[in-house]
Amino acid sequence: MTSAQLEIQLIASLVAIACAIPGTFLVLRKMAMISDAISHSILPGIVVGFFITQDLNSPLLILLAALTGVLTVVLVEKIQQTKLVKEDTAIGLVFPALFSIGVIMIAKYANDVHLDIDAVLLGELAFTPFDRVFYNGIDFGPKSLWVIAVILLVTLTLLLLFYKELKMSTFDAGLATSLGFSPAIIHYGLMSVASITTVGAFDAVGAILVVALMIAPAATAYLLTTNLTKMIILACFFGVFSAIAGYWCANYLDASIAGSIATVLGLVFFAVYLFAPHKGLIAVLYREKQQRIEVSLITFILHLKNHKEVEERHVNHLSEHINWQKVRSKTVLDLALKNNFVSIENSIISLTEKGNEFTTKAIDYILTNEDVQIEDMKKDFFLFRG
Amino acid sequence: MEILEYIRLVFSDYTLRTITLGTAVLGGVTGMLGSFAVLRKQSLLGDAISHAALPGIALAFLITGSKDTNVLLIGALISGLIGTFWISGITSKTHLKSDTALGLILSVFFGFGMLLLTFIQKQPNANQAGLDKYLFGQAATLVESDVWLMSIVTGLCLLVLLLFWKEFKILLFDQDYAQTLGFNTKFIDILITSFIVLAIVLGLQTVGVVLMSAMLLAPAAAARQWTNSLSVMVLLAAVLGASAGVFGTAISSTQNNLSTGPVIVLVASVFVLFSFIFSPKRGLLFRQIKLIKNRNDLEFQKTLTFMYHIVENHEDVYHPHAIKILNNFQGYSRKGLQKLISKNYVRVNGEMWSLTPEGIAAVADMYNQNLKND
Repeated sequence: MTSAQLEIQLIASLVAIACAIPGTFLVLRKMAMISDAISHSILPGIVVGFFITQDLNSPLLILLAALTGVLTVVLVEKIQQTKLVKEDTAIGLVFPALFSIGVIMIAKYANDVHLDIDAVLLGELAFTPFDRVFYNGIDFGPKSLWVIAVILLVTLTLLLLFYKELKMSTFDAGLATSLGFSPAIIHYGLMSVASITTVGAFDAVGAILVVALMIAPAATAYLLTTNLTKMIILACFFGVFSAIAGYWCANYLDASIAGSIATVLGLVFFAVYLFAPHKGLIAVLYREKQQRIEVSLITFILHLKNHKEVEERHVNHLSEHINWQKVRSKTVLDLALKNNFVSIENSIISLTEKGNEFTTKAIDYILTNEDVQIEDMKKDFFLFRG
Repeated sequence: MEILEYIRLVFSDYTLRTITLGTAVLGGVTGMLGSFAVLRKQSLLGDAISHAALPGIALAFLITGSKDTNVLLIGALISGLIGTFWISGITSKTHLKSDTALGLILSVFFGFGMLLLTFIQKQPNANQAGLDKYLFGQAATLVESDVWLMSIVTGLCLLVLLLFWKEFKILLFDQDYAQTLGFNTKFIDILITSFIVLAIVLGLQTVGVVLMSAMLLAPAAAARQWTNSLSVMVLLAAVLGASAGVFGTAISSTQNNLSTGPVIVLVASVFVLFSFIFSPKRGLLFRQIKLIKNRNDLEFQKTLTFMYHIVENHEDVYHPHAIKILNNFQGYSRKGLQKLISKNYVRVNGEMWSLTPEGIAAVADMYNQNLKND
């Protein structure tokens, strides 16, 4: 591994952490698409900043572009306040307009300078080690590394200082306001951090990857935990893992590093989406199936309790009466037998003592909707949980 | 270039004619379908789909090796549909919200597309140039067959829209009701979403992945301000979209170095801004005017009531009083007094005022909310 490779991975990892922190809050506050809007609408800010400074890493440019990002948020809110359109439409109207202005500005005035939309949108991590900071002739490492390190430091400081406020205003805005935390300050603070991170990172990884790095790790982490601290740590971990794995994939394929990192992020999310223990797709589908069978089971034993007549309780009759298919009635019957709810004699099903008791409890629960009745059944049945 | 000259060119010049027609048809069909996206609160779906289409284009090229627009667009369509259904899978099966799902699919698919595109660029095959036109769109690459394709899809869209108009409408405004009536809401939902995906994919070549969502939203958002009827809105959105296409093409072709996509988007944004401000019922300008008018009316009524309360305890209600005592009262202004005089509610004699019989009657009426406006 050469030092350039090491530096690229270091930059990518720092960007991943710097993005994952505001990203977690954006996902929790249902504002994920704002990051997409910001990442596009900073373009005119970058162009104007570039005309003034002629340097993509200058602090002034970053500030100017971040300001455009915050302006986007303000514009979206203003449009939304008029109640003429919904919030998502407002977002969808503002950022393409600003982005178009940026594109036209580049096309009209910046033809002969080193700034094109591809670079802004896609970034090029591979070039970052070549733009270095020299002071008194001593090499201090790549510029992007410094930029993103400073941004990360600021983000971390703010996170530690205002963790409690952020947490409260994210989960219970009303309570936070009544306790005297200004929701506006926290909101715009978060938006400013997101803007600055986007701008600081776009040069290295491009605007789209910034969005991927903000949303994907946070979304992945959200499927695994409901604890905020754990979620942030997990998001950072997924971000860094994808950054490094993505770098080596790109290295192997000789393709865009940014694209490769985004792809790995997507794969990681997909794996967690499928296999997450409680909230993953497979777990959810399994639970839904269990619940369906349990509902059938209850219908089944309620039917038995209601009918004393022998012909109503014949094995073959049940499948026509409750209108189940063969397989399903067999599953339900087996489940009932396994739980000792029923006994079968000469193809006639009758409720056992235990089944009778269970049915009474179930009816009580359905009628009163009080949890006390079924406290001990919750362990065995998905149906009665939550 | 003179306007007349330009119009003559539109009819005579092959490229210009093709582009103008293409952007007009595209604007029409996206405006039409965009109305549904906006009303279904799926405005940002367009953004996600257009980004999600990118890997499809790259994969179609990798697999077939052809750069034929139709082949690439089929790839885009498939990958756009996969993205869309994954989004609805995420929102329905997990607790992640739609904005997260949209942003996730958008960025991840786009990143994957970029990975493939850069991978293709490194291949020894020299045929790959030009794929990146799908990023920002190049209306100039439109040829007649593309316009034909767009027109056919638009026609198909129109046909389906007319056939399923009732279903679309009921799904739009009351999904639960549609379900209880026995409509297959899932099918209608998939149908309309598929057509939105199709329209987006068609536009990729012209305005590109990044700006496609605005084509979908802006005409619909503008049209929404002028009407409360779905059919009028869809029509109006189509017209606005088509005009944005035509004007955008005209502006960009008369200037150097102006790509068509961004200009069309800006023109459409201007339409939206204009509608926001000037639409007669919902517009900001009219809302403001109404607000000021209401405030003036209220002050007018307050002054009149105040005068009435001063005189009501006198034996002679028409007895004159000094104008000075009105100064203590907040709603009073010279202008308001003038208005009262012009309506003949009040008579002024020197520094004294008195109510007229009409004025007394007006106050009495006021409690019945019957004061004549103006």
